[in-house]
Amino acid sequence: MSTQRMTFAKAINAGLRAALERDPKVLLMGEDIGALGGVFRVTDGLAKDFGTDRVVDTPLAESGIVGTAIGLALRGYRPVCEIQFDGFIFPAFDQITTQLSKMHYRSRGRLNLPVVIRVPFGGGIGAVEHHSESPEVLFAHTAGLRVVSPSDPQDAYTMIQQAVASPDPVMFFEPKGRYWEKGDVDTDADPLAADSVLDGARVLRPGTDVTLVAHGPTVATALRVAEAAAAEGRSVEVVDLRTISPLDITTVAESVRRTGRCVVVHEAPVLYGTGAEVAARVTEECFYHLEAPVLRVGGFHTPYPVAKLEHEYLPGLDRVLDAVDRVLAA
Amino acid sequence: MSTSGPLTDDGLVQLLTPAGERVDHPGYSARVAHLDADALRGLYRDMVLVRRFDTEATALQRQGELGLWAQSLGQEAAQVGSGRALAPQDYVFPSYREHGVAHTRGLDLTQLLQLFRGVDHGGWDPEEFNFHLYTLVIGSHTLHATGYAMGVQRDGAVGTGDPERDTAVVTYFGDGATAQGDVNEALVFAAVNNAPLVLFLQNNQWAISEPTTRQARVPLAARGPGFGVPSVRVDGNDVLATYAVTAEALERARSGGGPTLVEAFTYRMGAHTTSDDPSRYRSAAEEDYWRQRDPIDRLEKHLAATGELSEEFRAGLAAEADALGERVRTFVRALGRPATSTMFDHVYATPHSVVDAERAWFERYEASFAGGEHR
Repeated sequence: MSTQRMTFAKAINAGLRAALERDPKVLLMGEDIGALGGVFRVTDGLAKDFGTDRVVDTPLAESGIVGTAIGLALRGYRPVCEIQFDGFIFPAFDQITTQLSKMHYRSRGRLNLPVVIRVPFGGGIGAVEHHSESPEVLFAHTAGLRVVSPSDPQDAYTMIQQAVASPDPVMFFEPKGRYWEKGDVDTDADPLAADSVLDGARVLRPGTDVTLVAHGPTVATALRVAEAAAAEGRSVEVVDLRTISPLDITTVAESVRRTGRCVVVHEAPVLYGTGAEVAARVTEECFYHLEAPVLRVGGFHTPYPVAKLEHEYLPGLDRVLDAVDRVLAA
Repeated sequence: MSTSGPLTDDGLVQLLTPAGERVDHPGYSARVAHLDADALRGLYRDMVLVRRFDTEATALQRQGELGLWAQSLGQEAAQVGSGRALAPQDYVFPSYREHGVAHTRGLDLTQLLQLFRGVDHGGWDPEEFNFHLYTLVIGSHTLHATGYAMGVQRDGAVGTGDPERDTAVVTYFGDGATAQGDVNEALVFAAVNNAPLVLFLQNNQWAISEPTTRQARVPLAARGPGFGVPSVRVDGNDVLATYAVTAEALERARSGGGPTLVEAFTYRMGAHTTSDDPSRYRSAAEEDYWRQRDPIDRLEKHLAATGELSEEFRAGLAAEADALGERVRTFVRALGRPATSTMFDHVYATPHSVVDAERAWFERYEASFAGGEHR
């Protein structure tokens, strides 16, 4: 086994490199992803090694990036698009929701669109507006898209390769605030051998008192919460959803049946968010096991605030611990 | 007609006048020199059959057999002329009114009606005919065509000199679509990639109720050069001219010369769709003016004047059109309701636990009604 310590960004870079090596039909396309290596350097070195026909600097037009990726996929290519920042995805929203998501369906399965759209998302980096959004649910609400978000370098490395190999379009949400965090990555394991490729939550830390559900950037927060709660004698089980669509409610419900309590945390606004969906499904599936209402912790129903206030907007350690306290007090 | 602005007829390539007279054009006559009387009768036959199909479909909508129909009436020359210039390996991305192009791709026209009958969102295998599914979101497919053309380049199917390998991509869109961001982005992406693409714009002068003057201040073809895309304006009701300019644009694309914008200046003689009422926004005089420029009439006049339209041919074609009409009516009326469970088919190419669970729940729900499928 070859385990290397690398940053989250480097893990995606390594996964993309492996995908480019595995299949000559894989292409990367986006703004500034070539010589610059992307504004977050996720594609660093790939244009040099695979050429500018396969790592393509596109015109500055997100609808054009996704629209041409659809055409390339129809011709047999596997494009991986980079959207520079979450807040800039909306010019491509039409192509993603009316075209990309529905082509397989409207062709009665004759056409596949194996397109991956990578989106650095989430806040906590002190950015200007439109650079810290969490729009994943807007895409999860559209049938035909897979919506996933890795939470650590190993999953980033594995899941990006699973996304590229998927015959379905995949929205790949990368927690940009975690890009520089390091972890161990086993680069020898076959990323396509997993039992539940892009359809499986995982229990990251076992616990007995509360199930804490997170995805993407809030998974690390949830693990810190569990650590802090343990110091107070409270046992928090952390579930990393990994995929928003499909939603692996089975793993969550199994956990909640054991703990009897559930808190869901995400950076996106609480209103109509992932937490609402998880809470509704947990209520349907484990009503008689619940000792307290499911609680949600997330962004407020405000635009993403100015950087100087984002610490208070984001669901950090204190607010999640507070929710854990409340759900245990009920 | 205006002498300036987007509706001017200045600069239109024309090879056949509305009176049915052949005229020379220094750049384009040679492109149709090989079309003999048989070939001209073939183009005439194409247009007559497509119009008959369109007429039948309109009638079927009025009878309640189709939910909607988008008429191609008046645009037969633009569609048949450009479509007949294509090579088998070329790939077409149509909008939703390109019934004439579908016909030239060998697609049985009846297949188009499944979408409008409400039994299918598509209706044919695009890869069998190199004719993509209709796209209803205005202009979105022009980017798909551009991306497809970028794939053709990467496949090395451009500029090899092999006439069976070199491939062009054609996308059809209308005057209304030229205002869409996607069409402008397609022009940018096609230009900077030198993509083997023909952007075939049918300026039928009406985007539902909005005239082209609400989309542009200058002839739409004038936009091409600003993107670095050569453009040409053609009389869209002249099947020979549309054939000629498309053939030239296709050759440029296949040989590695990059994209071309073709503006075919035509007229939507019918309504936008069967839900529309043109009498609310345009004059009968305008419609009369364009009826005098009917694309089928002018080729008919030419063939008749040159003694190439025998009574036998006319009778044979009339019988063929009648048979097509009968086949269309029978086909549509026999199109039944799909099984409800097909709603859950092909949402994803790989299993998706939420769709699977919803399908399973729905099937149990259906089975709970006595007598089988609940409707």
